[in-house]
Amino acid sequence: MTQPTQDFILETRNLTKAFKGFTAVDDVNLNIQRGHIHALIGPNGAGKTTVFNLLTKFLQPTTGSILFNGDDITSMKPAAIARKGVIRSFQISAVFPHLTVIENVRIALQRKEGNSFHFWRSEKILNRLNDRAQELLEQVGLGKFSDTITVDLPYGRKRALEIATTLAVEPELMLLDEPTQGMGHEDVSLVTDLIKKVSKDRTILMVEHNLHVVSELADRITVLQRGAILTEGTYDQVSANPQVREAYMGTAADEVEAENAKQAAAQEKDTEVVA
Amino acid sequence: MNNWKLNLFLLVLALAAPMALYPVFLAKVLCFALFACAFNLLLGFAGLLSFGHAAFLGTGGYVTGYLMMNSGLTPELAILAGTISGGLLGAIFGKLAVKREGIYFAMVTLALAQLVFFIYLQAPFTNGEDGMQGVPRGELFGLIDLSDNFVMYYFVLAIFVLGYWIINRTVHSPFGQILKAIRENEDRAVSLGYNVDQYKLIAFIISAALAALAGSTKTLVFELASLTDVHWHMSGEVILMTLVGGVGTIFGPVLGAGFIITMQNYLSGGEMGNYIHIIMGAVFVVCVLSFRSGIVGQFMKFKRDNFN
Repeated sequence: MTQPTQDFILETRNLTKAFKGFTAVDDVNLNIQRGHIHALIGPNGAGKTTVFNLLTKFLQPTTGSILFNGDDITSMKPAAIARKGVIRSFQISAVFPHLTVIENVRIALQRKEGNSFHFWRSEKILNRLNDRAQELLEQVGLGKFSDTITVDLPYGRKRALEIATTLAVEPELMLLDEPTQGMGHEDVSLVTDLIKKVSKDRTILMVEHNLHVVSELADRITVLQRGAILTEGTYDQVSANPQVREAYMGTAADEVEAENAKQAAAQEKDTEVVA
Repeated sequence: MNNWKLNLFLLVLALAAPMALYPVFLAKVLCFALFACAFNLLLGFAGLLSFGHAAFLGTGGYVTGYLMMNSGLTPELAILAGTISGGLLGAIFGKLAVKREGIYFAMVTLALAQLVFFIYLQAPFTNGEDGMQGVPRGELFGLIDLSDNFVMYYFVLAIFVLGYWIINRTVHSPFGQILKAIRENEDRAVSLGYNVDQYKLIAFIISAALAALAGSTKTLVFELASLTDVHWHMSGEVILMTLVGGVGTIFGPVLGAGFIITMQNYLSGGEMGNYIHIIMGAVFVVCVLSFRSGIVGQFMKFKRDNFN
């Protein structure tokens, strides 16, 4: 049964989304390799989040198809896609704010218990999930916070909780929509480490603005511009591409510049040492 | 948790209350308390604002009233039939409404409830503006005569406790957990694989059925089913009761209903009767502006801030 497509966990073929008179995503062919961390980058309005919404069916594509493990999932509903093992996060932290931290994780674990429609039973039967939930919380460094009401957590920890919740459903493919957006330096490195940690045995597709994070995490990068793929490759390939540097005007271009300068400096150092 | 102690205390209080207060008044409070609790199951725990719950209250009332007058069923069966009718109507409303969100959800429920109102206004069996009068209370299980107000009150209390228990259980069930998750962040619930429309629909049906249970019981208490119960004013009033008591708290709606009914009864008797709507409006404004979490919500916040 192994087909050549099996190397790719997720593929899109000619994926297109047109809103009234405006093509947000234009003929995108993505191939996400199993086990990779794949980053989707591009300037504001390049259609990254739209692609995410298409992949998880929060939006319906105008044309084109989406294949997950070789199966066409283009016409499936969002909840059904989630049940297949494609779990997404959102730009704003996707937690259940007025529930406790452990309840957040338990809700994700609960689905496979098959009792989620049982309104006549006590919620105490969910306590058997507590050990597993606690384990997941420890994994993201939230072990101490299990009984905290989620809304009281600082932002970075909310994102960590979100990752724990996502892990709870044991996704094959995690889609992370700007996991470090709006974070301070400390939180960024916390979340970056976390993503690195959980990426074992998993495939991750992420939208990310922070190029430093991308350079540190991504095995492969796709650059979107005006809804279409501009280029694809490793970080070095992509960042060397003059079109990419042009697309990243303003601060982002500076960032690429700075990043390259840093690397150049590091290389220089190396050569100096060698010399 | 010493919640059960509090519940026991309240139950004893409810059992003793008719010694001090008029039992029909108390039964009325309990009917509306159940109605508000049923409504709150949707608003407080699933985050769905229905503006059409009067349709279920009224449907329960009319069905039970009609059966008591024409079929010779015993009251418990007539109430059961009213409850089921409300549940079925809720399934139709819910099916159409849960696909919409926020204000559109409220508008769909309002529109459907208005439709139901006009059906009852025109249908011959309801007697239109006059209402269904002289509904017999009948004999419970064919044995216990309910015409005595004290007996009736204890019957209503038993129904209320049952309804309240069902709501409490639903909220604290695996299903209730998912409902709360949907209230908190619907997209996230979807992205974790939950088919949220189905959960909302089930919650809607439970809520509608219990609202109809309240309406059925109320018809027996007053020996009357009228258009008042299906009018959209009633849908508004239950929102007010829930907000005043504390939305999203289990006990809040009971207090809110007690407060509003007491106020209405007290005011309508006196010379302030003409101003009743103005006063209710003022209460609503004050409530929304200054204590949005309601009596119970405010109390719990106070407890949290000062004793923890």
